[in-house]
Amino acid sequence: MATRTDFGPPYYKDMLPPIIEKNYGKWKYHERVKPGVLRHVAESGEEIYTVRVGSGRLVSTEWIREVCEIADRFCEGHLRFTSRHNLEFLVSDAEKVEPLLAYLNEHNYPVGGTGHAISNPVHTQGWIHCHTPATDASGIVKAVMDDLYEYFVDWKLPAYCRISLACCLNMCGAVHCSDVAILGIHRKPPHIDHDIVRAKCEIPNVIAACPTGAIRPDPKNKTLTVNEEKCMYCGNCYTMCPGMPLADPVGDGVSIWVGGKISSARSAPKFSRLAIPFLPNNPPRWPEVTSAVRNIVETWARNARKHERMGEWIERVGWERFFELTGIPFSVQLIDDFTLAPETYRSTPTFKW
Amino acid sequence: MTESETPLLDELEKGPWPSFVTEMKRAAKKKESAHDLLRQLERSYNDRIGHWKHGGIVGVRGYGGGVIGRYSDLPEEFPGVAEFHTLRVNMPSGWFYTTEKLRQLCDVWDKHGSGLTNLHGATGDIILLGAPTEALQPCFDDLAEIGFDLGGSGSDMRTPSCCVGPARCEYACIDTLEVLYQITMEFQDELHRPMFPYKSKIKISGCPNDCVAAIPRSDIAVVGTWRDNIQVDPAAVAAYANDGIDIQEEVVDLCPTQCMHWDASTKTLTIEDRECNRCMHCINLMPKALAVGKERGATILVGGKAPIVHGALLSWVVVPFMKMEPPYDEFKDLVRRIWEWWDENGKMRERLGELINRMGMRAFLKAMNLPPSPAMIRAPRANPYYFWDPEEVK
Ligand code: HEM
Ligand code: HEM
Ligand code: HEM
Ligand code: SF4
Ligand code: SF4
Ligand code: SF4
Ligand code: SF4
Repeated sequence: MATRTDFGPPYYKDMLPPIIEKNYGKWKYHERVKPGVLRHVAESGEEIYTVRVGSGRLVSTEWIREVCEIADRFCEGHLRFTSRHNLEFLVSDAEKVEPLLAYLNEHNYPVGGTGHAISNPVHTQGWIHCHTPATDASGIVKAVMDDLYEYFVDWKLPAYCRISLACCLNMCGAVHCSDVAILGIHRKPPHIDHDIVRAKCEIPNVIAACPTGAIRPDPKNKTLTVNEEKCMYCGNCYTMCPGMPLADPVGDGVSIWVGGKISSARSAPKFSRLAIPFLPNNPPRWPEVTSAVRNIVETWARNARKHERMGEWIERVGWERFFELTGIPFSVQLIDDFTLAPETYRSTPTFKW
Repeated sequence: MTESETPLLDELEKGPWPSFVTEMKRAAKKKESAHDLLRQLERSYNDRIGHWKHGGIVGVRGYGGGVIGRYSDLPEEFPGVAEFHTLRVNMPSGWFYTTEKLRQLCDVWDKHGSGLTNLHGATGDIILLGAPTEALQPCFDDLAEIGFDLGGSGSDMRTPSCCVGPARCEYACIDTLEVLYQITMEFQDELHRPMFPYKSKIKISGCPNDCVAAIPRSDIAVVGTWRDNIQVDPAAVAAYANDGIDIQEEVVDLCPTQCMHWDASTKTLTIEDRECNRCMHCINLMPKALAVGKERGATILVGGKAPIVHGALLSWVVVPFMKMEPPYDEFKDLVRRIWEWWDENGKMRERLGELINRMGMRAFLKAMNLPPSPAMIRAPRANPYYFWDPEEVK
């Protein structure tokens, strides 16, 4: 049997709830009813309630069937997901909102993530399914969100706060523009197993895969060497060659980045900047990481003005003040010396004491 | 009581946030592969390193991407995940589903795979997590039966994505869902068969809030905007003021262009629209009273990417305004020309942004036949090292 190909995804119009089809492109305004609940009103006067629910992203088919049942009961068989792995129930009958919330509450589904809250952390695969991670993804996210749960389900922050995690510097989750980014890092070059390299690896391909040109052939021994000073621990060589694993229980861990922003509201999008260069992997609950993130979030929340995102606050008070207020020690790793470094150096004596 | 196999992971079943460990255990009851995944993860929690390796070409007939090959480095200990490949399945625009469709998907995945998924992956695909090599083709055949196609991986167009847009957001300046569907269908070949120097991503947001992170995350970002005036409902503005928003402090003072004026005595808001840069702040705060303009379209930005290899880039404006009307030929044509230029000039693993940086924005604009504009820059150059083209010296 010839398989059909290139037919594309399901057509979205077949997936839309009828009320959305009817009012498509004709929404007039929305309100934040309470944490996790939005109310959108159309020009026609019709309204739809959105109830946003945090999910762990890694879910079983049983979970999917369960939320489908909820959607059948309260939302005429329709639901959607957001760009940050949240689940959204779309309720066209206002009468059903409170019963739905009661049901979700009873069954421990966290409702929140809208408004001045922490939304669901975008994150990657980690030890669950990738070959280059320097840390786990789902485990840290679970530990951090257990700790910061109150900020997901309630409005207690000056503005949005987006936390993201990527488990190696490939940054699949594109975490580099988050208010708080948790990034797995390796600190040791690959340890070469020359027998595996000889048996299994295409040496020219491995050399070509290295972005910094750190790998050199060693033709005499039919293997290769790594110039450790040039290695930036990206793992591309391990992608090409199983004889070059990078993972190391002591070398691997987590770095924390702050002040990034995606939207253009008020100020242009910004990158997150390195605040803590290294914290150890300490599973299952990574206490060093959870307390560092809480400290940063709460220091910002105490000091920022209303609507001021983490990065906007830091720009206003200055990085010197950020390090003072958070009590995070400033270390030499935080000073850039990669390709675009001089842009980050200060050229004026107008800084704060 | 028997001792738990996974004492460390069990810790992550506690606490209020939904537990992925609970989900893995639910799948593990039905599937040996999910059970071994759980055990291997426990091993990683003990060892503090991952246990996966890369390699071996896997996939389905006719496609070059869409499947991620993954093998355990401890296959004897965890035979259920000796081969544990991922299928990336193309989601519908805006991640809307009927429960019927999702149940069909569950049926297929219960039949062929581990029963574990990511809803969704970071690029937006439905990630079906874990199936052995021999299950891939039958699984795809069954997916095709229920109308789900694969997404992208490797050096191809990655599965593009969009925000909820006009389906449920009054800020949408363009029909993000339709644009997404159109380009996905137009570029099926580019999505399914890797042929580029590297990956290429397109993301579409309906307004400058950029809810799908198009600017930081895509090579080609489409961000809705408008050209005329913000629509103001004066009575609704006054109502917000009465309702407790401090319009001077929370709206006017935070306007980045200082183009708004609030007269508290008459409760009148005036906007000098020519000076507004359409940042969305005021509209975000008062969606009942302020609305995006009527002459709508999109700004196109290119070159965004994560840090590998030469550092992270945010996308740069190259088309200040494009109308974005169906069938979106102007946009599709631009995408084609961009890919052609990149394909011709890009080195292996060089993303579009890096290529533009290497060849110069000037070369890009010339190849695309796009006129230079101050909308493209934060500031003009501060050095005199411009290499004059003899054509320009006359
Ligand atoms: C008051 C201002 C804002 C309003 C009313 C607003 C409205 C919305 C709405 C309606 C959604 C849901 C879209 C969807 O279903 O996918 C959303 C999601 C999102 N917005 Fe905004 N937006 C605002 C400002 C921002 C800002 C300032 C950012 C900056 C980072 C932002 C980033 C996002 C992101 C990343 C999502 C996806 C959320 C998720 O999936 O959990 N938004 N926003
Ligand atoms: C050069 C940089 C990158 C490399 C080398 C890379 C490599 C990989 C690898 C090996 C995986 C497989 C993980 C697994 O086993 O399931 C993966 C997954 C993935 N990557 Fe990347 N990646 C890069 C950047 C990105 C970026 C910037 C994005 C998105 C903006 C992205 C999106 C994804 C997605 C969606 C997945 C699926 C798993 C998930 O959702 O976490 N990747 N990537
Ligand atoms: C042997 C069969 C191979 C398979 C099954 C395979 C599969 C993959 C997969 C699934 C990813 C994850 C990245 C993604 O698509 O999101 C990846 C990444 C990567 N692969 Fe391979 N690959 C293979 C061989 C190669 C070869 C021959 C090269 C180079 C000559 C290569 C270089 C890379 C690089 C550099 C990345 C990271 C860049 C990226 O994300 O696109 N791989 N590979
Ligand atoms: S961030 Fe790195 S380790 Fe994590 S999934 Fe992506 S490539 Fe793999
Ligand atoms: S880890 Fe990256 S930088 Fe280091 S040798 Fe391997 S490919 Fe090169
Ligand atoms: S990007 Fe703009 S139009 Fe799209 S969902 Fe977000 S706020 Fe609405
Ligand atoms: S959209 Fe932004 S720049 Fe324009 S008036 Fe509102 S706050 Fe000011």
